[in-house]
Amino acid sequence: GLKVLEQLLLQHPSVAAGGIHRQIGDRSCLLQKDFVPFLLNFLREQTSQILTNGPSTPAKTPNSKASGSQRTGSERRAGHATSSRVQLFSQRTSASLGSFLTATPDALPARRGRRKGGSSVGASGRQVARDLGRSLAEEEDGKNDSASWSGGRRKRSEVPLVSARSPPSQLNLNNLEEFPPMGAASGWTKSKPSRRINPTPVSAERPLSKPKMCFTSTPVSQSPAARFSSGTSLEAFTAVQEGNLTSVISNSLQEEREMLKKERYSLRISLDPGTPTKPSYTRSASLPAESHLVTCANPTKVSCKKQLECLAQLYSSCIAENLVPNIFLELFFVLQLLTSKGTSTAEDGDSDLEDNERSEGKQYVHNCVYFAVQVLDYQVISQLEKGMLKLLAENERIASFSPTLHERLRQAYESSTAKVSLLLPCSVQSVSFQPETDNRSNFPSDRAFHIFKKQRDIFYELLREWEDNHEKSGWDFERVLGNKIRAMMAHLSATCNHSHFARLFQKQLTQMCKGPIGGGASWGDTPDQDVLNMLGSDNLSRLKRLQERFVVPQSIRGPCPPPSFPGCQQFFRDFILSAGSYQFNQHLMDSLCLKILELNGLTLVEHEHNDGEADMDEQDEKKRFTVVLLSLRLLAKFLGFLVFLPYRTVEQPTRDLQDSAVALRNQTLPVLDVLKLLRQSIRDQRSILTIPWIVEYLSLVDHIAPFLDYYRKVFCLLLLMVLSEDKEMSFLNKLLILAVLGWLFQVPSVPEELFFTTDIRQEGLMMGTVTSAQALDSVPLVDQQLLYTCCPYLGELRKLLASFVAGNGAKNGGFIRKITPTAAESLAPKTSVTQRKLQVELEQAFFHNQPPSLRRTVEFVAERVGSNCVKHIKATLVAELVQRAEVMLQDKVKEEDANHDKLLEEVCTHLYEEGAQALIKGREFCKKKGPEAVRVLLPEETSAAVLNSAEDIAVELATEKACGWLSANIAALIKREVKATFSRMLKVPGLPLPGEDALESRRDCPPGCQHCAPFPSQIINEIKDVLCVAVGPRDEDEVIDCLWLECLLGRLSQTLRCRKFMCPTSEQQLAKCTVELASLLVSDRVPLNLGIKPPEKSSERLRVKNNPTYGLLKLLLSVWKEDFGTPVPVQLMFSKKNMGYLAEVQHREWDLFLFILNGLVEHELMRTGEVESCLRSLRELPWPSVSN
Amino acid sequence: SIFSQEYQKQIKRTHAKHHTAEAIETYYQRYLNGVGKNAAAPVLLELANEVDFAPSLMARIVLERFLQEKEQAIPSKTLINSMLRDPSQIPDGVLANQVYQCTVNDCCYGPLVDCIKHAIGHEHEVLLREMLLEKNLSFIAEDQLRAKGYDKTPDFILEVPVAVEGHIIHWIESKASFGDESSHQAYLQDQFWSYWNRFGPGLVIYWYGFIEELDCHRERGILLKDCFPTDIVTLRHSMAQR
Repeated sequence: GLKVLEQLLLQHPSVAAGGIHRQIGDRSCLLQKDFVPFLLNFLREQTSQILTNGPSTPAKTPNSKASGSQRTGSERRAGHATSSRVQLFSQRTSASLGSFLTATPDALPARRGRRKGGSSVGASGRQVARDLGRSLAEEEDGKNDSASWSGGRRKRSEVPLVSARSPPSQLNLNNLEEFPPMGAASGWTKSKPSRRINPTPVSAERPLSKPKMCFTSTPVSQSPAARFSSGTSLEAFTAVQEGNLTSVISNSLQEEREMLKKERYSLRISLDPGTPTKPSYTRSASLPAESHLVTCANPTKVSCKKQLECLAQLYSSCIAENLVPNIFLELFFVLQLLTSKGTSTAEDGDSDLEDNERSEGKQYVHNCVYFAVQVLDYQVISQLEKGMLKLLAENERIASFSPTLHERLRQAYESSTAKVSLLLPCSVQSVSFQPETDNRSNFPSDRAFHIFKKQRDIFYELLREWEDNHEKSGWDFERVLGNKIRAMMAHLSATCNHSHFARLFQKQLTQMCKGPIGGGASWGDTPDQDVLNMLGSDNLSRLKRLQERFVVPQSIRGPCPPPSFPGCQQFFRDFILSAGSYQFNQHLMDSLCLKILELNGLTLVEHEHNDGEADMDEQDEKKRFTVVLLSLRLLAKFLGFLVFLPYRTVEQPTRDLQDSAVALRNQTLPVLDVLKLLRQSIRDQRSILTIPWIVEYLSLVDHIAPFLDYYRKVFCLLLLMVLSEDKEMSFLNKLLILAVLGWLFQVPSVPEELFFTTDIRQEGLMMGTVTSAQALDSVPLVDQQLLYTCCPYLGELRKLLASFVAGNGAKNGGFIRKITPTAAESLAPKTSVTQRKLQVELEQAFFHNQPPSLRRTVEFVAERVGSNCVKHIKATLVAELVQRAEVMLQDKVKEEDANHDKLLEEVCTHLYEEGAQALIKGREFCKKKGPEAVRVLLPEETSAAVLNSAEDIAVELATEKACGWLSANIAALIKREVKATFSRMLKVPGLPLPGEDALESRRDCPPGCQHCAPFPSQIINEIKDVLCVAVGPRDEDEVIDCLWLECLLGRLSQTLRCRKFMCPTSEQQLAKCTVELASLLVSDRVPLNLGIKPPEKSSERLRVKNNPTYGLLKLLLSVWKEDFGTPVPVQLMFSKKNMGYLAEVQHREWDLFLFILNGLVEHELMRTGEVESCLRSLRELPWPSVSN
Repeated sequence: SIFSQEYQKQIKRTHAKHHTAEAIETYYQRYLNGVGKNAAAPVLLELANEVDFAPSLMARIVLERFLQEKEQAIPSKTLINSMLRDPSQIPDGVLANQVYQCTVNDCCYGPLVDCIKHAIGHEHEVLLREMLLEKNLSFIAEDQLRAKGYDKTPDFILEVPVAVEGHIIHWIESKASFGDESSHQAYLQDQFWSYWNRFGPGLVIYWYGFIEELDCHRERGILLKDCFPTDIVTLRHSMAQR
């Protein structure tokens, strides 16, 4: 049937695109399945040799891998028919190419450019190269996770058969055996003889979906042959020849084949110079060197215009109707044609040589450019990003081939404001410690808490190490960090801290990677693009030099990179892989799911602006949407990574394995019900938020998952989103969805047949949508910036154009036309809740006619005030109760060393009654604070009645929230706090109890204190020196000046009076030291320098009077009494050690001891009774038997 | 401060040597012999000086050994510490004297020195608090943070971050010591990075100076100073002085 259509097209090129589409539409299923891939591959084949700029852009159509027959058992019957068909087509195909193959078999692998037309070898080589490309890309991408991502190329035994495929146009489309409905086929494997859907190969290779291995990235000096595994191409070659010999030629097919041949011929004339074996069609290494060649594209030299126009129309329609898997891929292809250099160095210099090849090559370029310009003319390009528009508008080829298009582009450029700037990279930041989630009360035990404390630090240590080193060569994540991570996991398991760590991990992930390039400065792949932007076309020579320096490999990768973890994301992925912890992964998935659901459900847009603030609100909403969308995509990517991680295989499983795996896994439930969420999002018109993250999630599927019933439904639904015409949806929203979906269908593990073979009718879907207040699709939320952030690979288009840069095309003039994407306002009425109570209804009604900001404000205030209320109660009432409990406990603990638990229980029960006050106080708090906040936040002009109602509702909601929580939790809260304090109390008996501490801090400096007293540390130090000398050992003549010591005690007094620098430990130490000092003084151990020698023979009385020790002791007593805030441990004077000093002194010195005893009593430092009991206990000491 | 730190390093190096079973036994026997001859002589102190070990630590070794013999069990750390703090509790009067003598004569270790260090640290914290108040920078102090349940707490967290010499800081830690390489590494590991991990970048003030090369984490968020910074930019206005 299709040939008719094509013939029609060729003969009547005036058929309008719409008309074509109508015809296509009638049979959209079949067309989609077969015609479109045919068309796309056809175009690529025709142009393969000329596309020297950038990677080839094959469509990921079912022919690329042996799409073969992955049929279920029920379908086996069809197997025979299929295989015979394969033979037929392979024969046919070979026939058309046979001459070429036999003519230059040895030249085949030599140059990619030459392989044009070499269908069989091209196909197999393509396959190998594709696999290679994949593994290369993967190796490059994930050097540390070889286990799951790379691990070498896949081997495919079926390679030889790959090339044998059938063109769809030749098939009887109504034959159900050959084209079973999708429902009958569970999927496709690569193990069976493949179905030849396409008559000709696409361009030489199809590394598009794994673009790191692309045309441009291969140094020209390297022979492509080297990339073919030995023998593969040869096998393929022979296989085809065999197929050729054994094939049966069917008449009808033969007929169609002739048709096609004809058509191919005409197109070859139109597009193809027809000299595929010529070495001149090789790619030049130096793009800049070629750039002058572009001028040779001449509109007057185009041949077969009609056919080209017709083809362009057809192609454009396919793109416009979203019949292609990836519109950006097609756009990329078109731009490749536009910028094609075609003939290379052969053309510069002596152009006067009448070389047939060369003129054909030129012809080729003219036609390609003509075709490209024609296609561009059909597309909506005015919405492209400004930098793109600039490059297009400056493109000389467009200017010369289509002045009208050029003019349109120029105008679009001038009016465009859709500038994409590169966001500033963010540096690594930590996740802040939040007491609500992170303090001790969130952990089951002290141990868990302390271990997590360590783990947090270890985690950041690892992160810093990675940050410092991961770019150094030879640094290996697993080798350096693997064991540390696993040790950490072991600790986590031991204390069940996984959920805490998963939260930290997830928060850190979001914080670090929410930027467009995964965060971080040097980690993205944007710098080169940045450079191109900067230079523009104004600095052509500099650009050229730069390009030479880049050496083309890195610069253009094609618009469909495989999923990757750029920048910091790499750390998190590698961490997960190295950890290899089931528990951690599970907790992380839980955490990710919760966050995804939370973000996915956010309202985001309050779409009822009618006044001046609308602009501001819209901006805020856009910003908010962007943040949420990017976070969702990040989280979903990691969720997908974790979910499909256990099933990830390096190789595509064989059909048997796949069948059993599918049977097995069809029984399990998905971790996150993405199908439900997707359906909801379509129904609620929120797909612009949901689809982008679901795509990220799905991009990490393993090879089996897409064949599971569940995910098949998801893919179907997504496909439907591509094909559906949603008039409501804002243009750029739709573009983003198309871009990400297009990318998804090119992801390696997503079967390529999916796009073309999935029968969307199966889903029977397009459920109705509900006009919801939360609808997002119609709101213009996506801008170019977001589009490029989500799809950085779109930048490839710009790079391609920039690398072409011909001339300085920036021109002035043109009118400015404001392009504003149309957006239907969602005016959904709030759903009335009839079942609720009248009050609630009234409340709803109240909000209904008010601006939405009022409701937001009230809800916000209620939420905050309620929460603050609880905090306030904790800080005041509960703290007070706990303090009281402390006093009670202190007393009781001293009384009896009895059962602590019982004691605690008693005290708490006592306090619970008072805890009931919390509700009263809470209500008071809300009643006071709620209205204040509402009044501040609402517009000044709000009427009194509205204000009052709003206040009342806010207070009501806040009270509800706060008191609800309090009544449920107050007792537990009190108990927890009291318990914590109690255990603290028991743990540190030595330290002053908090009660005393409080008393302590109430002591202030004397009025007018200048805080210039010596520091306590200074005084302790000096007293230590005195003690040192006193305790000895010391030199004979070492003495302490009496006056100096007196002065020291004076300064001690000052220091103690000024409270500013005093801390409890200092003061206690001072007290202790001075008591020791007193003991040493009393036992005459301090070698005082008295100044005047005491008269030897004076009376006791005189001696006492003259002995300066008395003065010092007096001073000490006074300091103890007046200046110390803490109790002075004077009883230490009676310790065994100090009494030992005393025991060694001569008899008369006991006077000093008596003096100090008196002093202690006089100064009320000790009571007489206490002194007596101390003295009594002295008797028990082992007194030296020989007493003087 | 620098001397003390160097001395501590040396002690740390030889620590293991003095804690072998043989060494402990030797020291204990020498102590017993010494006090047997003359209980009033500074036996323990001289022993410590002779073998080049901190007197307090020597006192601890001998005390531990003594108690072990007396109680027939390894004594608890708490008990030892408590006895070192207050030798009056030591059941043997002679040993009590000896231990006390060691403690007061030790310039780097022991409860007395610890207390002095603690006092100095506290005093500098108070000074820093004063300066913050003077500059009108509102902060949350360590004790408040602890009360809220923070697991690791710097001396001060700024409620509103400021920029010091162009670097944003969220917290300030006061260190009344000289920042040499080993102590700084230890602090980084135990404290500074932990603070960073929880509160973001911050400032450390080594009041007694530091080795300049150590100030290499500025970009990453740990800033070193030896005094209160003068180049402070707050959210609203520059406070550059001097």
